[in-house]
Amino acid sequence: MGMPPHATNAEKVWIWIFRIFCTLVFIFLIGPLLVIIPLSFNAEPYFTFSPKMLAFDPEGYSLRWYADFFNSDRWMGSIYNSFFIAICATLVSTVLGTVAALGLSSRYMPYRSVVMGLLISPMIVPLIISAAAMFFFYSKINLVQTYIGVILAHAALGTPFVVITVTSTLMGFDHSLTRAAANLGAPPIRTFFKVILPLVTPGVISGALFAFITSFDEIVVVLFISGPEQRTAPIQMWSGIREQISPTILAVATLLVCLSIVLLTTLELLRRRNERLRGLSPG
Amino acid sequence: MATTNEVLKTVDGEPLKVSLARAQRRSRMRAVGLVAPLLLFLLITFLFPIGEMLFRSVQNPEINENLPRTVAALEEWDDQGLPPEEVYAAAAADLAEGAKNRTIGRVGTRLNYEISGGRSLITRSARRAAGWEPPYKEAMIDADEDWGDPAVWLTIKRESDPYTLSYYLDALDMKYTPEGDIVEKADYYQIHVDLFWKTIWMSILITFLTLLLGYPVAYLMATLPLRYSNLLMILVLLPFWTSLLVRTTTWIAILQSQGVLNDLLVWVGVIGDDGRLQMIYNEIGTVVAMTHILLPFMILPLYSVMKTIPPSYMRAARSLGAPPTKAYIRVYVPQTVPGIGAGGILVFILSIGYYITPALVGGESGRFITNFIAYHMQSSLNWGLAAALGSILLALVLILYWLYNKLIGIDSLKFS
Repeated sequence: MGMPPHATNAEKVWIWIFRIFCTLVFIFLIGPLLVIIPLSFNAEPYFTFSPKMLAFDPEGYSLRWYADFFNSDRWMGSIYNSFFIAICATLVSTVLGTVAALGLSSRYMPYRSVVMGLLISPMIVPLIISAAAMFFFYSKINLVQTYIGVILAHAALGTPFVVITVTSTLMGFDHSLTRAAANLGAPPIRTFFKVILPLVTPGVISGALFAFITSFDEIVVVLFISGPEQRTAPIQMWSGIREQISPTILAVATLLVCLSIVLLTTLELLRRRNERLRGLSPG
Repeated sequence: MATTNEVLKTVDGEPLKVSLARAQRRSRMRAVGLVAPLLLFLLITFLFPIGEMLFRSVQNPEINENLPRTVAALEEWDDQGLPPEEVYAAAAADLAEGAKNRTIGRVGTRLNYEISGGRSLITRSARRAAGWEPPYKEAMIDADEDWGDPAVWLTIKRESDPYTLSYYLDALDMKYTPEGDIVEKADYYQIHVDLFWKTIWMSILITFLTLLLGYPVAYLMATLPLRYSNLLMILVLLPFWTSLLVRTTTWIAILQSQGVLNDLLVWVGVIGDDGRLQMIYNEIGTVVAMTHILLPFMILPLYSVMKTIPPSYMRAARSLGAPPTKAYIRVYVPQTVPGIGAGGILVFILSIGYYITPALVGGESGRFITNFIAYHMQSSLNWGLAAALGSILLALVLILYWLYNKLIGIDSLKFS
């Protein structure tokens, strides 16, 4: 990008300061995530670059922490648990959230803002409070230290994201399309599957992704209500950080960064498809 | 054709108004029916537990349920001097029974929150209670001279009520005197209020830092052509989508005394090898890591507001003769205030209730009130106090949430 041709010298200085500042902020945002990637290949059990690594000596690098990770039953078990819990919770929250969003976007919904406020509240209430409250209640009905308890809790925490993304997709929804379908003789069920669903699907999927990552990444509630059997990946990282710091955590972290890149790419593709379907942007 | 006097009717001969009202009612029922399953689900799994926790912060069943005779006998007492023999007799019976049923520990724990040494007074006395002979007053005072202290009896009488405010008083660093007045605790017992203020102060600092860093970035993204800004948006969203534990771990790797940043500073020569900076396990660690984690929550609302500001306003201001800085401050910045409000409240709400990051990188001094709630939940097991602290924090967050909804509207919340 060039400078505007009319910029005075003082303005040019300002623009440069502004650009350097922004670059620094982006380094602050992304740098930490980039730093851990090479560190996870460290041959030494340290969290910093060894002299050999800095000299790009192949001996300074190794895959031992990745091997550690893939050979550890604890890690593998916790990853399996995380996926299992997150997928179940996502299914529950996506179905309930999508259906509720359809109702919320209706013009005839009474007490809309109050209901919306209640449905969003699991996202706003600090996790430690949700966790404490769920612990008290779930221990009464014997759901503490069970998979069902954790899944229900995570489903509750994930629903706001589904509700928000699907309602915002429906906001831009052109209702004359459903009327057109009805006019052309489609019964409501057919209209739903052939007209509404294809247009809403990107919103539902991105909501589901949010619900998934919420559950996959959630730790506070799990710390309070899960037992040793429901050990998830964040719990394993948490105890790893607190007890024995080993670069295995950095290897896991690198893999999780890759996972988030995959999720982010999916989301971006969905967004573009959504815009294309609605004719918001060409191509 | 309908004239002005005639009522409009549908084909079936029904008045149009009635038919319309019925159709609307049906739509309303349908909308409610769609929302109901989720609302019910959240009521059971989330809202009811929260309500129960709030209730727990005032519940006080221990003494009322486990010392029934004593509570009844204390009703008659006029609060002057020591209680009469009947009270002592009732207490001896309750203690003996409690020791037998193994329920007396709860009374001891509860009393310990009010009087230091309360637990040992109760458990020690309960072990011996079966052997006491009348007159019980002498026997009990003989066993433990604390039974001769009117303050103990006044406290038991006060806490015999099934509901209490003492957890809230404790959460606010206050207490009852034996006479029932509310006073502040001694200085060295005052921890909670300071911690609340510290949490608020650090959250304000974090909110300010995210604004300081986020505002220019959001402005850059809003003014760049879409092709570049989409690319930069990915850089903002990637940390947002990355596991919280991962981001916290990276800061440990970077900031610790044998970490990347200290190594870099030693290598450059800014500090000596023995002068490594302590940047983690204190306030600095918490503030840096949380600013990083919450920055996207500030950039996204700012960006979505700035994108809607037409660039022609700034050009108009300039062509009317305003110098660039003045045009920026007087014309551009005021239009971004909704974004500043949205991002600011969002970051503050999230920050004030954060638990994991302060617990991992905060050490002693970078702790938040949430860490104290977790401590009382998991270690000290004073659940009433945890619930009271949680309720105060929740009230604070809900006020801000209400404000957010009022000013910006929850509908405007978006993530992508």
